[in-house]
Amino acid sequence: MANRNARPNQSKKYKLRFQRESIQAFLLLLPYGLLFFTFIAIPIAVAIGLSFTYFDVINKPTFAGFSNYIVLLTQDEAFLKFVLPNTFKYAFIVGPGGYVLSFLLAWMLAQIQKVPRTILSLAIYTPSMLGNVFIGVIWKSVFSGDQSGIFNHLLMKLDIIDQPIMFLLSPDYLMNIMIFVSLWSSMGIGFLAMVSGILNIDEQLYEAAYVDGMKNRFQEIIYITIPSMKPQMLFGAVMSIVNAFNMGWIGVTLSGMNPTPGLAGQLITNHIDDYGFLRYEMGYAAAVSVVLLLIVTMFSKVAHGLFGEKDELV
Amino acid sequence: MVYMARYQGNKMNPKRFSVSQIKFYIILIPLGIFMILPVVMVINKAFKPLGELFAFPPTIFVREPTLKNFRDLFTLSGTTGVPMTRYLFNSIMISIFTVVINVIITISAAYAFSKKKFRLKGALFNINQMALMFVATAVSVPRYIVIVRTGLINTWLAHILPLIAMPVGLFLVKQFVDQIPNALIEAAVMDGAKDLKIIQKIIIPLTRPALATSIVLTFQSVWNATEASNNFITNDTMKTLAFYLNSLSTNNAIAAEGMAAAASVILFLPNLIIFILMNSQVMNTMAHSGIK
Repeated sequence: MANRNARPNQSKKYKLRFQRESIQAFLLLLPYGLLFFTFIAIPIAVAIGLSFTYFDVINKPTFAGFSNYIVLLTQDEAFLKFVLPNTFKYAFIVGPGGYVLSFLLAWMLAQIQKVPRTILSLAIYTPSMLGNVFIGVIWKSVFSGDQSGIFNHLLMKLDIIDQPIMFLLSPDYLMNIMIFVSLWSSMGIGFLAMVSGILNIDEQLYEAAYVDGMKNRFQEIIYITIPSMKPQMLFGAVMSIVNAFNMGWIGVTLSGMNPTPGLAGQLITNHIDDYGFLRYEMGYAAAVSVVLLLIVTMFSKVAHGLFGEKDELV
Repeated sequence: MVYMARYQGNKMNPKRFSVSQIKFYIILIPLGIFMILPVVMVINKAFKPLGELFAFPPTIFVREPTLKNFRDLFTLSGTTGVPMTRYLFNSIMISIFTVVINVIITISAAYAFSKKKFRLKGALFNINQMALMFVATAVSVPRYIVIVRTGLINTWLAHILPLIAMPVGLFLVKQFVDQIPNALIEAAVMDGAKDLKIIQKIIIPLTRPALATSIVLTFQSVWNATEASNNFITNDTMKTLAFYLNSLSTNNAIAAEGMAAAASVILFLPNLIIFILMNSQVMNTMAHSGIK
């Protein structure tokens, strides 16, 4: 990719030009590169480094070998019993689940007229740009634990329950509410990419396929729609995964406490905050961060395997 | 043309209404309402007088709208003695600086990646691709350490700098720069144009949609950001609106209910306005984007 246009031209003039271009490129990239390095690359490197230490912020970090990881994977009961299963359940439903949902919505939206499509897309996209304050305010009032909570009121009116339920403080409900709220707010930029991707497919492809014997809508999706918009599919997948892991604050926002009641809504990002900023066990928190980054990478690898083109590295 | 008639009902991007679209409307309209209803509810709540806020049974729509919640919010200075207008001012300034710097830095990096030849180009861009899935909350602890070590703690730059390098933005803009013919750049070079001139006269005008998308995304992330105020800033006068309103809504006091709703509306409106203004540009970007 990089040297697509490079010819084996060894003349002095070419060399000079290449050198000059390299310097220009270096200067152009410098600000972005510096910030990328400082706030993305170094923090990841520091997380990996710190994960092998004991560090309480005040004293210098002391080398601890693999002990953080060993404790995390063998003794941290909260992590093994709640945080890890919670994170996987949550990430699977909100990530791939939200992704399939956004594809189906995009597919339906592509088949209606432009003006209603724009309005409906905006309505579906809106929750993704609300931010955590707004989301907290909305859903706390819907699932509020007394009878003035809208959902409780509705259930009581329909005679399904006769006592209001403390939804957000109950370990039985918290996780499902978190998943529900996250799905509701997950139709973001990846969703928009898929709407555009579907609309951008050449119509003649469908016509040709029907002439060639394609029979139904399902075949249409599998053989034409998805293969024709692989780049958008992959972009959407990556965005869904990132969104699923970036919504880690949701349980704490809804229940108003970290750790969440009965650890029911405890996700791996809350565990990091808990150890990092509440207990100041930075080395341990870093080890949890590394595990999180590995999980995200794993999800992303699967997405690239499904939709990526084989000759690309990433 | 013969086939067109046959597939009219199943067509993507239909120009006219047809009966076969009804099934999609039956699903999409209620869903759209469901998605937007909570938002409508909070907006209504923001205008409710105290009596209606705690009315039983709870209502969705406001009957006697009032601006009291907004007035309270603006006059309240909380326990810290910092008025809300101060937080609002901070957030506006931080957002403007972040978005402007982000656009300049992203476009020059995208131009370099797309049109310059240099060693390690492919590898460096692949690193950026991998960083698309960067989850900032995963490294909040190391980020804090970096902020302390670089001396940025308790400075304005702690709000701005961490949000500037945005891999998604670079990726989207670069794809648009890729579509600009090399011949156009070469012609400009022949005419003696330097890089800055090329960026200004060629790259920016031709990548408008992607830049607009990048602005939307950057604005959303900086306007809603609470990480810096929570972790990097101890001085209350330097924190942001999102942080302040967040703390207001978490301490769930009775009087705060209406104010929290008003706060949500204030936080949400700029996002909505910017997105609606840039909507067609964003959709245009997405049609030409995707990870290959």
